[in-house]
Amino acid sequence: MVTNNMSSRVAYGLALSQLGEYNPKVIVLDADLAKATYTIKFAEKYPDRFFDFGIAEQNMVSAAAGLATMEFIPFVSTFAIFASMRAVEQFRNMVAYPELNVKLVVTHGGTENSGDGATHQSIEDIAIMRTIPNVKVIVPSDYFSTYKAVLAIADIQGPVYLRLGRSESQTIYNENFNFKVGKSVELFSGEDVTIIAIGSMVEKAVFAREILESQGIHARIIDLLTIKPLDEEAILRAAIETRGIVTVEDHNVYGGMGSVIAEFLAEKYPTRVLRVGINDHFGCSGDLEELRENFGLSVSNIVGKVKELLK
Amino acid sequence: MEQSLIKELEDGAWQLRERAIEMIYKAGSGHPGGSLSEAEIISVLYFHHLNLDPSKPDWENRDRFILSKGHSCPTLYAALAIRGFFPIEELNRLRKFGSILQGHPDMQRTPGIDISTGSLGQGLSAGVGMALGACLLGSESRIYVLLGCGELQEGQVWEAAMAASHYCLGNLVAIIDYNRLQIDGTNDMVMKIEPLVKKWEAFGWYVQVIDGHSVPEILISLDKASQHRDCPSVIIAKTIKGRGVSFMENNVEWHGKPLTQEEMKQALAELRERRY
Repeated sequence: MVTNNMSSRVAYGLALSQLGEYNPKVIVLDADLAKATYTIKFAEKYPDRFFDFGIAEQNMVSAAAGLATMEFIPFVSTFAIFASMRAVEQFRNMVAYPELNVKLVVTHGGTENSGDGATHQSIEDIAIMRTIPNVKVIVPSDYFSTYKAVLAIADIQGPVYLRLGRSESQTIYNENFNFKVGKSVELFSGEDVTIIAIGSMVEKAVFAREILESQGIHARIIDLLTIKPLDEEAILRAAIETRGIVTVEDHNVYGGMGSVIAEFLAEKYPTRVLRVGINDHFGCSGDLEELRENFGLSVSNIVGKVKELLK
Repeated sequence: MEQSLIKELEDGAWQLRERAIEMIYKAGSGHPGGSLSEAEIISVLYFHHLNLDPSKPDWENRDRFILSKGHSCPTLYAALAIRGFFPIEELNRLRKFGSILQGHPDMQRTPGIDISTGSLGQGLSAGVGMALGACLLGSESRIYVLLGCGELQEGQVWEAAMAASHYCLGNLVAIIDYNRLQIDGTNDMVMKIEPLVKKWEAFGWYVQVIDGHSVPEILISLDKASQHRDCPSVIIAKTIKGRGVSFMENNVEWHGKPLTQEEMKQALAELRERRY
């Protein structure tokens, strides 16, 4: 497989196709976004097991619940904003509450749908989904972690919210990566500070580490991958072994991954946590990197937060 | 049509009403109005029409039933208990802490419940999913969804109606308990839902309008729906909310009100009189 700059959406489509090959129970539902979510890859190979629900996300999610009661494994896709907000009550009451085996795999999470502007960007979805009981929340960070996470969630019973972005990013893992639900990955060791990142922000954290390293600061980098259930052991170890934690996510700082870490450590091992994310404002249209620079989702802001923490 | 069957199913409906009233009284809360209006429909489905095996609630080729108007579950619970899905004594524990009988149907707690419902407007969508699933499995299972009339105000119902005809789901049957009342008043006062026949026809459904308290009409309409295999079917069943209890009939106050002991006694006396 090729490395460098690959899209997690493509990984999703290809992983679905592979799943379709050996698991006849896998069914795919989309809401007129198959070409954007890449479920089209599955649809082309298995048209009988692909259902377009049109621009009607609520019906799609409740119908997935119905399919799950017939022992199918529905993978349900649309943009993060519509899955997590338009159809959230359907997901909460008909999927999460009865613990049905529905996989909500969403794309265009965070500000990654930069051109479309605030209406199509999703900066609240992690906060919403992580408060619903029975739901596992997963945010892969590259092509290979996406591919492996999609295969992994097909093998576990129960509802999952898996969040993907839109952009291409550098590959972090390779085809031998062993994704485990609830398990984070320490990409780099370090004892001065820990940077915990998710999704496309992991790449930024890695770049920030290089700069910090050149300045004599050794940062541990953790790719969290699963937000719920939380890899408590790795977080606790980072809190004990390093001087503090900086979290990085393309999501509102309220209620997102940074909040998860802060809540956990406040109770278990009070530690200084600084959060990099969207500071409680809506996004807007623009080039993705332009947005990230302006919203603080940048390498320089991560470096700045680390220094603030170590001061 | 066998007269003995009709008599048996009519009797079943009155029995369900008695149970529902007793259950709601003991629970101290619940929804009597809609529980009474749907009694003949539930009786015909659970005591005759549905292909079920109470000893194997998860039998994969069974017919499915979705109570989209989940609040009127006492009648359904009573039918399930009478069919032997769980002991009759459980009916005394409706809405009690730790009970298998929740205020709205819960598939994880109650044997015989095919899917959890409660939030209005979602049952038909779940039915679409089940009907698609049955098609994929090549199963003869048929999917029945009972909706309230006020519930038709939910936009999602029409998303589901569109999808069901788009996918030619001839194995899907919607039944509307058309008692014309909802919490804030009549459908006409709150939010008009008519013209219903035209709406469903426009969405590509085979439509029948029946008297929802007539066992023969329910039996015939279900048979006709079963024969109609090229598109989904809807049975608009005209009913009376609170049917069988004089002070509840057509009275919007009795949508979701518990009964006093006196009211319970009077209601049961009236129901028993109707039954025998």
